[in-house]
Amino acid sequence: MSHRSPIIASIENSYDRKDIPEFRPGDTIRVHARISEGGKERIQVFQGLCIRRRMNGARSTFTVRKVSHGIGVERVWPVNSPRVAKIELLSRGRVRRAKLYYLRDLSGNAARIREKIGEYATKNDVEPTESDA
Amino acid sequence: MNLQLGLIAKKIGMTQIFLEDGTRVPVTVLAAGGNAVTAHRTAERDGYIAVQLAFGEKKEHRATKAELGHFKAAGVTPRYRVREFRVPAAVLAQHPVGAEVPVSIFNEGEFVDVTGTSKGKGFQGVMKRHNMAGEKRTHGQHEFFRHGGSIGCRKTPGRVHLGKRMSGHMGAETVTQQNLKVAKVLADQGLILVRGAIPGANNGYVLIRHAVKAAIRAGKNKA
Repeated sequence: MSHRSPIIASIENSYDRKDIPEFRPGDTIRVHARISEGGKERIQVFQGLCIRRRMNGARSTFTVRKVSHGIGVERVWPVNSPRVAKIELLSRGRVRRAKLYYLRDLSGNAARIREKIGEYATKNDVEPTESDA
Repeated sequence: MNLQLGLIAKKIGMTQIFLEDGTRVPVTVLAAGGNAVTAHRTAERDGYIAVQLAFGEKKEHRATKAELGHFKAAGVTPRYRVREFRVPAAVLAQHPVGAEVPVSIFNEGEFVDVTGTSKGKGFQGVMKRHNMAGEKRTHGQHEFFRHGGSIGCRKTPGRVHLGKRMSGHMGAETVTQQNLKVAKVLADQGLILVRGAIPGANNGYVLIRHAVKAAIRAGKNKA
């Protein structure tokens, strides 16, 4: 979107989520997703490994993978979706790919990702404050 | 006849917005702020009732003298597009000459028709232009893959029927997309967000009107 109109940019920026912490592929995150069923809304927590971040302006998405009862489960959310209530960064991972699709073919210890110590430099605006809520 | 008041607008481009429940809505952004009434057409003088709108600020030195006089008489600055909308007499009375028609005549959730000039495609064959199937690519077929097949008979009628669909110029024609939902109206910025795609390229001028089918159903399309 190199030649995005300033009008469209202002509309898209108004949907930007400032309260989402920085996370990258390889990081373990916990997504608090809003689920509405039967007219009721509740929060479902989905914890797993971020295997993809699609950086595309307002259309950005991320994919979280976890292995649940031996079955691989992947969920995709738009980064700016109101259905994402909260994202927690649990740990960083050391990876050499932007898209970790190769994990789908691996299981057990081979599917493990080595942890990376330390925080992101822009950690200061990670925690949602009272005013953001 | 379509008697719905509309606005002249500029197609800015497409994006997406989120509803509160998280649904993503594809929208086209239309800038329609600054529609000024430049003239009235009345039944007594002109034989029909219409309101003339002008849109798109234009520098004074780019306007012809005739245009300058017309805009001066209405008391508005020169604009790029001038267009008449046939309306009932009651609507005409609400919009005096020189006044601005705000984008707030459209409300969120209403249906609109958008008219624009579609993108020109140049000279195209029958497969792209009329969705014909072409011919088979195998079984020894050669040299005729994207043709339209036979275009008629022999002695009777001895000519090609009028209107037979063939290749030719495609696009760059006036297209109206009916019954698009208004996703959002940003009145302070003069923007209307319409759900879905509309004809034409970005930065093209389009007309946005209340949906005529919805108006007929509600009995609101009478003079």
